[in-house]
Amino acid sequence: MNAAGETPLLEVRGLVMHFAISEGIVLSRKVGDVKAVDGVDFTIGRGETLGLVGESGCGKTTTGRCILRLERPTAGEILFDGRDVNRMERRELVALRRRMQVIFQDPYSSLNPRMKVGEIIAEPIKVHGIEPDAGRRRAKVRELLSVCGLDPKFVDRYPHEMSGGQRQRVGIARALALDPEFIVCDEAVSALDVSIQAQVINLLEDLRDRFGLTYLFIAHDLSVVRHLCQRVAVMYLGRIVEMAASDELFDNPLHPYTQALLSAVPIPDPRIEASRAFRPPKGEVPSPINPPSGCVFHPRCPKAVDACKVVRPELRELRPGHWVACGEVH
Amino acid sequence: MPPLLEVRGLHTEFRTGAGVVRAVDGISYTVEAGETVAVVGESGSGKSVGALSILRLIPDPPGRIVAGEILFDGRDLRGLTEAEMRHVRGRDIGMVFQEPMTSLNPVLTIGRQITETLERHQGADRPTAEKRAVELLEMVGIADPKRRLRQYPHQLSGGMRQRVMIAIALACSPKLIIADEPTTALDVTIQAQILEVMKSLSRKLGVAQIIITHNLGVVARYASRVNVMYAGRIVEAGPADAIYHDPRHPYTIALLRSVPRLDQPRRARLDPVDGQPPDLTRLDGGCAFRPRCRFAVERCATARPPLEPSGEAGHVSACFRSSELGVVAEVAA
Repeated sequence: MNAAGETPLLEVRGLVMHFAISEGIVLSRKVGDVKAVDGVDFTIGRGETLGLVGESGCGKTTTGRCILRLERPTAGEILFDGRDVNRMERRELVALRRRMQVIFQDPYSSLNPRMKVGEIIAEPIKVHGIEPDAGRRRAKVRELLSVCGLDPKFVDRYPHEMSGGQRQRVGIARALALDPEFIVCDEAVSALDVSIQAQVINLLEDLRDRFGLTYLFIAHDLSVVRHLCQRVAVMYLGRIVEMAASDELFDNPLHPYTQALLSAVPIPDPRIEASRAFRPPKGEVPSPINPPSGCVFHPRCPKAVDACKVVRPELRELRPGHWVACGEVH
Repeated sequence: MPPLLEVRGLHTEFRTGAGVVRAVDGISYTVEAGETVAVVGESGSGKSVGALSILRLIPDPPGRIVAGEILFDGRDLRGLTEAEMRHVRGRDIGMVFQEPMTSLNPVLTIGRQITETLERHQGADRPTAEKRAVELLEMVGIADPKRRLRQYPHQLSGGMRQRVMIAIALACSPKLIIADEPTTALDVTIQAQILEVMKSLSRKLGVAQIIITHNLGVVARYASRVNVMYAGRIVEAGPADAIYHDPRHPYTIALLRSVPRLDQPRRARLDPVDGQPPDLTRLDGGCAFRPRCRFAVERCATARPPLEPSGEAGHVSACFRSSELGVVAEVAA
């Protein structure tokens, strides 16, 4: 429950997702775990956009996949509108799929190359038996295309006949086909050129306002996240290290990892760049198979003390709505 | 003193089923010794083909350099034999590409790939080359270089592999490094590390760099001069500060307004260019940006604006209305 006393649309509690690594082909045995997500908690309110950011392997995509129930988590609960998605029976799950959709990064590989655009968008409507009448289904598809800024004539095109930006709009139209409430956007604008990316960002914002959508916006591009999200959670090696309202997080980052991450992003202005103190974090992200003890960031952290090697810092609310998992920040 | 590199009227075409694509359609620019020039543009703008043309790495067929001169250190590279060109690549001009996994040989150790370059181009013997390989890996910030030399590319992380690429590019003390999207595949903290290595080494060793990128932040942090490309042409070029603070081409202005910025609170809406990049097989006699341009006038449909001085010294723009744009952009901002 949030301050206003309503149930959030999505609540993730203690999410853990470990992937077993096995060795041997005949007598396969487990030799370890990739700790992709290792204890993650957050909520998303209705109509809110939460950004989930971090570098490759931080667990942001796996978190999204668990929410969509594309993975069965090792532990933890994912409550969608108060119901645990992992305890849902088939019928309930089918209903859930209508309310929860996804937009992937790569429209090249997430659209079936043998289907026409019209068929791609109509398929979910057909599968869920929402509009049995073929004529009305076609009208709905045309409407979805125009909502997404595409010419309705595109129904007869194949994905390969379109540009990357147009394909991503088709992916968005497909996600909207079932009138969902919640959409996981997994690097939805990352593969696009700057000018096209800006068009798609504007489209995602328009759709949010028009249909009252809630987004989990997973991305590595922090500038895009700042622009699009109301709140942001920063992940590192399977854990959330900092979470706050967007402007608060970007203007006053408190966790040493967030600070390092933000200082690594170049600003498109040579005068600002010339005057910026710039310290890229040393080293690389350790393996999630054998993450460091205590605070997972301690081997790269400029503020680390002995205790950081032992004690795993929990998220603490250091300012109203600003959560930080670091024992050395007060 | 003549510039280190001078590209004059370069045209590179590809013959495809759909027609002739003029991927690079008459570009001219210079790179002075020791300086860093960024080439910025979106997919299909010709920024990579332009750089590969300098190295004569355009697959023929379907591609072909059809006109122009590439004067490097006093010689026209287009006139060299393939054998001479092989020496230019790797010895005089180093290369760093986007995906180090595909540009490194997966079945040779890291060490062998560095020593091979040294043996081939500098006639070094094996022990000398190995000693130098250790120095090079140290220089690009790889810890425990002796152990790394015995490893294969797949045993290294993406950032580590790109450091190896830089070590190979620097092995024969080149005068110029061409880096094509060197950090696009990397995470932002690794990107920052790699670019810092490239910057400090190019300064220390006096190597000039051409950095090809779509990232306007990277350009702002590292380049002294910038070429903005659109549809195979340079539409604007000049000192980085002028390009960002006094842009004189509608495309540059549009690009700068399309990027969300990390240092600014949320604006109401981004202001992107409408429409799609043009089909390069169907360009007409007018300005290629015209269909997307907010400032287009009748003349833009009939003639291609040439690159002409605009604003401060060294700043050029290919727009009939470039002198008005400074004012227009300021008012709108």
